[in-house]
Amino acid sequence: MNINASIALSNGPPVSLNFFQKLGATLGTIGLLILFISLTSFQLSPTSVWLVLALTALASGIVIYAWGLYGRRSAGIQNDGVWFKSSSNRGLLAWISGIALTAFYILLYFYPEVLGLREGDNVGIIALFDPLSQLLSGNPASQWFVYGALYTLCIAFFGVKFYWKYRHNRYQKLRTLSVIFFQTAFAFLIPEFMARLNSDGFSLPYYDLKNIWPLNYYNFYGYRVDEFISAGSIGTAMLIFGVVSILVITPLLTYFYGKRWYCSWVCGCGGLAETAGDPYRHLSDKSLSAWKVERWVIHLVLVFVVVMTAAVVYSFLHDDPSKYWLGPDAFLIALSCLLSLVFALVWIFRRNELKSDVRIAAPAILLVILGLVGIHYLFDQRLFYFDPYKLREWYGFLIGAVFSGVIGVGFYPLLGSRVWCRFGCPMAAILGMQQRFFSRFRITTNGGQCISCGNCSTYCEMGIDVKAYAQKGQNIVRSSCVGCGICSAVCPRGVLKLENKADTGASRYAEKPITFGNGEVKLNP
Amino acid sequence: MKKERVVIIGNGVAGITTARHLRKRSDASITVISAESKHFFSRTALMYIYMGHMRYEDTKPYSDDFWVKNRIDLLQASVQQVITEKKQLILQDERIIPYDKLVLATGSKTATYGWKGMELEGVQGLYSLQDLRQMELNTQGVKQAVVVGGGLIGVEMAEMLHSRGIQVKFLIREDRFWGSVLPQEEGNLIGRHLSKEGIELRYQTELDEILGDRRVTGIKTESGETIACDFLGICTGVKPNVAFLKDSGIKIDRGILVDEYLQTNLPDIYAVGDCAQLIQPQSGRKAIEAVWYVGKMMGEVLGATLSGQKTKYQPGQWFNSAKFFHIEYQTYGEVPSKPIPGMASLYWEDEKQEKAIRLVYEEASEKLLGLHTLGIRLKHEQCDEWLNSEIRLTKLIPNLQLANFDPEFYKDPFPDIQHAFNTYLSRSES
Repeated sequence: MNINASIALSNGPPVSLNFFQKLGATLGTIGLLILFISLTSFQLSPTSVWLVLALTALASGIVIYAWGLYGRRSAGIQNDGVWFKSSSNRGLLAWISGIALTAFYILLYFYPEVLGLREGDNVGIIALFDPLSQLLSGNPASQWFVYGALYTLCIAFFGVKFYWKYRHNRYQKLRTLSVIFFQTAFAFLIPEFMARLNSDGFSLPYYDLKNIWPLNYYNFYGYRVDEFISAGSIGTAMLIFGVVSILVITPLLTYFYGKRWYCSWVCGCGGLAETAGDPYRHLSDKSLSAWKVERWVIHLVLVFVVVMTAAVVYSFLHDDPSKYWLGPDAFLIALSCLLSLVFALVWIFRRNELKSDVRIAAPAILLVILGLVGIHYLFDQRLFYFDPYKLREWYGFLIGAVFSGVIGVGFYPLLGSRVWCRFGCPMAAILGMQQRFFSRFRITTNGGQCISCGNCSTYCEMGIDVKAYAQKGQNIVRSSCVGCGICSAVCPRGVLKLENKADTGASRYAEKPITFGNGEVKLNP
Repeated sequence: MKKERVVIIGNGVAGITTARHLRKRSDASITVISAESKHFFSRTALMYIYMGHMRYEDTKPYSDDFWVKNRIDLLQASVQQVITEKKQLILQDERIIPYDKLVLATGSKTATYGWKGMELEGVQGLYSLQDLRQMELNTQGVKQAVVVGGGLIGVEMAEMLHSRGIQVKFLIREDRFWGSVLPQEEGNLIGRHLSKEGIELRYQTELDEILGDRRVTGIKTESGETIACDFLGICTGVKPNVAFLKDSGIKIDRGILVDEYLQTNLPDIYAVGDCAQLIQPQSGRKAIEAVWYVGKMMGEVLGATLSGQKTKYQPGQWFNSAKFFHIEYQTYGEVPSKPIPGMASLYWEDEKQEKAIRLVYEEASEKLLGLHTLGIRLKHEQCDEWLNSEIRLTKLIPNLQLANFDPEFYKDPFPDIQHAFNTYLSRSES
């Protein structure tokens, strides 16, 4: 009997919702409906009551739905029917939610006036959030406040859902508490409270301290640097913290723990992906071609952000040199030295780990950047040829808005939850290089116990073909791995373990024998 | 010179591992024939397709272009006959495939025991992709199922049915789950876990007759009880899939008889995996071991042999693993299901009855013979080293943590285990 296996086997039974799921879904819909009505000309008043109603309905809807889904099931892996549900198998529901999310992002980034943003008194959904904003910072809401509030609500309450789903797994629980905490405190509340401290003579920039450059690509723009400096010693300390974050704290923590310390314990983008995005993690593309695209795109975004930031910083240092302690030339020399140093370290210590295309591309890009700096001085050309403010505008539009928001989150239900983190985030690119070349973190595999079932690869949100390593007995040392730990959780044979024990140098990358004791066979000739 | 033509029948883990390891070392022409599927998939993952965790394509260990890149030809066809004198295979469509060397990796079939009513609709085993498809069709609209056979496939099938909201009654011949392998305490622990999940276990119950006209409506047990069901899973074990070799001249007992080089009685014909029966198995090991890992190891060895590097099959320490609903199981070395004179064991179970460990040792010397765990992940390499070095209990117990492979932040069960074992040992000494 011959069958075309891929067709017949994916038709599961209809999946029905239980009472709590229906109740949760209803409440959630009511919450969304209130938000939607607020967008129309229909006036909801008093706004504070409607806001509380909407947020309560959303939050309780999510929690009750989660209870219906996992509450009465015993603790363990809960992936039954994932590929049967229209919401998680790119079915109709997935398309509807994908389109709705994308539309929301387009309004948010490009048409905030549709959401109700006004010079004077806000209207629409932004007016609905005014009472909360007033309560926290004393200012009226903006589209970013609405976004931040909904974003935090999603991480917190989908976080509860995730916590429930993985309640047998302490790594998952702690990680989830951590992202909920960092989002609520650092990304949402602290900046709002900081705004309260502002007075006429004193103003701190709106600063989410855990949002590190280059993810926070505007952190070193001239206006922000000016804000930092004008806020006295606190502001200066924050500016220094911003620099130290990327140059010192990040490499150190990544050396000891891998990029996961940021990507799946702290970061807000990661936080949303791990909580609200969790039902879509299996949709990531695992093909080799996707990996090839990923390597080029993410590193080119990194080059883009470095060049853009350098151009912007150089330009404001240059335009008003008396204002800053750092001169424009010193800045360019320091930057060139830093880039050369990073390149030299990788080239000297990890050259064998570089693929052939990287051995050409990396020196080429470095030479182009250094060459452009040289041309700038030798021939008195504009640095990098482009108007820095045009570069900045393009980066903000293409990467900051379209890539990270519209595609990154809007396409969750279709492309999986980590599209931005995998293909676009320059912070992830830096952390990834550190993780790949100078870190103790790796996922170790357990001898010959792998049965190649494919659960690890399927549920890897970063599209890493984990089993390709596991079935060879090779450590997983990949720059894209965010250390979410789900591969280890779903493995039915106890094969995978996230570890950051002492660095074992070159053997960290080696293929080890798998089926121990199997006679005289050299297993990986 | 013409390239040597190696033909492998069967694209499961044994056949494919043979092909891969041969390709690593040799330029021979390699053809893999399978009636089941064009591409290699992970048989152990079939359950996850049914449960909706994965799609069929997710269970393929290698992407489809792997085979082209590695010049391994895949042929989806059914082999009818092996003409050993002419070194030819005859396919169902009467095509003739010549070979220089032949590898038989035909796997298993569900073993049945001549029950009346086996032919009824809704009655089936679970081994192949075709079985899985059958099960998909057979369980449409089903409310109550019976699964016969308290072993690995039985518990998988129970979990699969349970995931679709189907009531499962699980018939087990012994007085505990998987009694032929698990000692009493472990069998009981898993039994309790299954009951808690909502599976109805019937111990010491055997199938006698299958009831129904066209479709199964129930079964009769050997004690005469009738149990209604609209699906019956037969999970009473597997047997080598060798029927088509009957008149080929290849010697067959239960499986295809092979020597330590995995060669059959005929030159240039080899057998690996579930279908192979070792004439002289290593001491403590069975002649037929129908598990994934054995297929993989045999494939590694035969791949080397076929390339001219003649290699004996010496599988080393036994290991295996499984998952029973939410509880993982790993075993290393020898852990007998019933007490054996001269052997003793230490057993620990946590309060929630979700974790357990057993250390089996030689009573006189206190040398470690085997260990297994439920709900605790162990490091294969470490266990293998302990078994090879015949570590003594007194040295092992303080170092048990070395084998901990549980995820980070999990509660470390070993202090409790060590305390319990040390207390027991010091009491029995005094």
